[in-house]
Amino acid sequence: MNVANSPHFRPFKVIGIGATFSPNLTANLSEAARLSLFFDAKLVVIHVGEASPDKRQQFEAILSPFVAQGLCFECIFMPGKPVAVILHTTEALKIDLLIIGALQRENVLNYYLGSIARKVSRSVKCHILLLIKPSIKRVACNHIVVNGLENPKTEQSIHIACYVGAQLGASKMTIVEEIRHQEIHVNVKDDTSLRRATIVREKLRRREDSRVQNIVNAIPKTMKSQMSINTQSIFGKRGYSIGHYAEMARADLLVMNAHSKTRFWDRLFPHDIEHILTELPTDVLILQ
Amino acid sequence: MSTKKNHTKAFFKELPRNVFSGFVVSLIALPLGLGLAMASEAPPIAGIITAVVGGILVSIFGGSHVTITGPGNGLVGVLLVAIAALGLQGAYAAVICSGILLLLLGFLRMGKLADFFPSSAIQGMLAAIGLIILGKQFHIMLGNKIVRDSSVAYLLEIPESIIGVFAYRDKGLIYAALFGVVSLAIMIFYSKIRNKYLQLIPAPMWIVLLAIGFSYYYELILQQPNPIASGYMITGIPAIGTIIDEIPIPQFTAIDSWGFWSSVIALTLIASIESLLSIKAVDMLDPQKRRSNINKDLKALGVATIGSGLLGGLNVVTVIARSSVNVNNGATNRSSNFIHATFLIIFIALFSTQLTRIPLPALMAILVYTGYRLASPTVVRKMFVIGKEQVFIFMATLLSTLFIDLISGILIGVLTTFVIHMLLNRSAGLFFRNIFKPNVLMYMENNESGLDNYYVSVKHFCSFLNFFKLKKQLDQIPEDKDVVVDFSKCGFVDHTVMGNLNDYQELFMKKGGHFEVVGLDMHGTDSKHPFALRRILPIPTVISKSLTRRQMALEELAKEYQLQYHREKHKQFQAIAQFHYFETKHIDYIYHEFYDPINDLKLFDIVYSEGALMAKENVRSTMVTIDLAREIPSFTIDKEGFLEKFYAIAGLEDINFENHNDFSNRFYLIGEDEQAIRAFFTDELIHFLESNSYYHIESKGDQLLIFYKERLASIKELKALLDYAKRLQHIILRTIIRQH
Repeated sequence: MNVANSPHFRPFKVIGIGATFSPNLTANLSEAARLSLFFDAKLVVIHVGEASPDKRQQFEAILSPFVAQGLCFECIFMPGKPVAVILHTTEALKIDLLIIGALQRENVLNYYLGSIARKVSRSVKCHILLLIKPSIKRVACNHIVVNGLENPKTEQSIHIACYVGAQLGASKMTIVEEIRHQEIHVNVKDDTSLRRATIVREKLRRREDSRVQNIVNAIPKTMKSQMSINTQSIFGKRGYSIGHYAEMARADLLVMNAHSKTRFWDRLFPHDIEHILTELPTDVLILQ
Repeated sequence: MSTKKNHTKAFFKELPRNVFSGFVVSLIALPLGLGLAMASEAPPIAGIITAVVGGILVSIFGGSHVTITGPGNGLVGVLLVAIAALGLQGAYAAVICSGILLLLLGFLRMGKLADFFPSSAIQGMLAAIGLIILGKQFHIMLGNKIVRDSSVAYLLEIPESIIGVFAYRDKGLIYAALFGVVSLAIMIFYSKIRNKYLQLIPAPMWIVLLAIGFSYYYELILQQPNPIASGYMITGIPAIGTIIDEIPIPQFTAIDSWGFWSSVIALTLIASIESLLSIKAVDMLDPQKRRSNINKDLKALGVATIGSGLLGGLNVVTVIARSSVNVNNGATNRSSNFIHATFLIIFIALFSTQLTRIPLPALMAILVYTGYRLASPTVVRKMFVIGKEQVFIFMATLLSTLFIDLISGILIGVLTTFVIHMLLNRSAGLFFRNIFKPNVLMYMENNESGLDNYYVSVKHFCSFLNFFKLKKQLDQIPEDKDVVVDFSKCGFVDHTVMGNLNDYQELFMKKGGHFEVVGLDMHGTDSKHPFALRRILPIPTVISKSLTRRQMALEELAKEYQLQYHREKHKQFQAIAQFHYFETKHIDYIYHEFYDPINDLKLFDIVYSEGALMAKENVRSTMVTIDLAREIPSFTIDKEGFLEKFYAIAGLEDINFENHNDFSNRFYLIGEDEQAIRAFFTDELIHFLESNSYYHIESKGDQLLIFYKERLASIKELKALLDYAKRLQHIILRTIIRQH
């Protein structure tokens, strides 16, 4: 907490990206380089395969405009099974944030993860950023949606989200609390029970609101001064509907907790993140 | 404690109204009960037992408010099969088992069961049931008893029966057929004649009265035997003592056979679908717009069905036609259902011998008419308007129900719908990939102004397969709130969903909320996208190029009176729907609207309906609304007749003025704030009302509604109405100014 409150809060020191020679290579690398600059981090380009001067040159050519702005990067070449190589490198080089590009379904505005990316995102120990449409030129990030679930990790997530927002110059952040159906405990069957359910729901909403507000209050002012921070409670399936909301609210980035297995219902949670992984609504940042 | 006391007080205050409507309902329930039981080849009294047991038990344990329960017409087809296969006692056992299943459905909260069936398939099934009833009874109605082994054979032989009538030599048969035809005519034309004294007694009871009167006429005045062939009279209506003595014992011997359980499943399925649809429709009709506790009602229906089966009755279901009548006659709670049962007991106890004077063809005419209403060509025509694929689903269900059986019919209907959806989208993946995904998101938008409107977004697809997810969220919203349902992320929305959303829209409108569906505009242009969407919530723009004579006259009138005239149909009737008069009615659209900008007066033709599903009656009328600048008390004035005197007994106070005897006698004035109304009705206003012809006038504070009769006005009447409205407005304005 103390570290987080310091003005030198820097959660991402080393940023990693897996690079293959695909049509998206330039865009993926440019995004990663830009983010490294924003977060003042070192970039590690991981390539699964034998090293060759040719490949190295290509990477360097793409990254050279960013190097001019002060980017510090490193290329790792390692042959082997892609998933294993990436996981190993992330741990060995203490990468804090791994960037993964998503693929677009043919003809449809739907994104999904490739099989390697999916396996990596499930087992990696660091933060992950899933990009749905990497671009060579910068697309501004205006609106960030963060989950505000009742979870020990939420505090950190909101904090990092604020940091990201501040660094990327976002203007709006929405913290979403999910009100679960089971918590209402009233079955709506007629007018009386409906009224009761509405009251319970309102109470829950206020409770969630004040909880989130407490977290927001703890964040240093410098981090949130340029953003308008709102809260929003939604009713839907936990973990899934937040993606739906991000899509509806036209968010540019969705920040989620990764699952921890500390409590009973958390075991249900990976379920839900799977949903988000199958239909990425926006760029998603999953925080460990 | 005091609320409880208030409840009891309100209950007793409303009791007379409920006794009245319960009585009127029992008048229909009696002939219908007899007829439905006979159509299912059960003893006629079984229908009455069903209604009595159902009425008593469901009114005690049920969770709905103004529904009526009894034997249902949907079940005739299934019961026929069950009785033919299992025998009467075996069928009673099946009824008991289906009651147990219904009870289980209630406990498992399967009240949403009916949501899983596509509406076109349900329509097709109902139409098939209608044809089964119609086909079988048509022959008896014409005095031609035949026995065939399939319902299709009965239908195909209808032309032969009609031709056969003209070859009758037997006088008894001629009279029988004549009675059938006259009764059918009564059923058909009854709803067309809107006279409140005639409408006081329901059409089926007119037929019964006519039949009994006819038989007494021959017996007492002509001193001759009844000319109708004795084979065509109702037999076997036992006295009440015999009924109790001869309670049949259900036979569970066939319980291990597939035939038994297929009957039980069919009975349960149809009983629950018919009941659930009816409950939903009646909730829409309920003037107080209460929400029924569907699962509680299912449990009550289950208990009632078990009881009915034990006592020799049939399945108890919630029935729409009788419930509509119940609502229209002012019922406010379940006691009317109880009272309808009580009256049935009284009828059987007192008049069981008189009932044997009813000729069969008369009863069967009632059933033929109900069957026709279920399968009427307008149903098919509506399907065509919605889309050709709906007609295909409808016909597939209808034919498979007729040729195979009910369960296969509905299953084939569901499958056909699903296949058609896949074909229309050219994708099975859309459905299989997304069916288990929680595709509905709801949240409350926090506006700066503090308004909390609900926003619901639906993803992927929304059809009968997953509508329950959307429904679950929508049911959480109080109906006086504002809701936006957004389909822009949704690739496919089917007809069932659109129809249901339309119902929600109406419900919210009536309760003061607002329900809006957005995001469908893209779909029309989207080639992969389907049907119905735009057509189901239509503002029909079918205006033929050539005008009718009335339209031409109206145009002239508009010119002459300097009014703005809009011929097109439109649906901006939210303000009008808030009048008391429309509480139990459903407005379809308004057309031929005149607007008088000087007096803020609107004159228009309006189309609305009473009742729901197959008991729906369309009415067209010409009305005037006047926007008032100042608030005046809310009241209703109508001509005072026998009926209103009766209402007065039933607890609705008519406000009378001591120094205006003539007015008090001739006009029926009601309203909540009696003191304000008394102050408002000045001598001038009363003299004005006295000296003009009768109009129905209703005030809802800021607006007046005036009309002459429940039919379209002729040009002359229209002018009179316009003139009357203007003069009335003038006097009311003067009254307001004077009082301030």
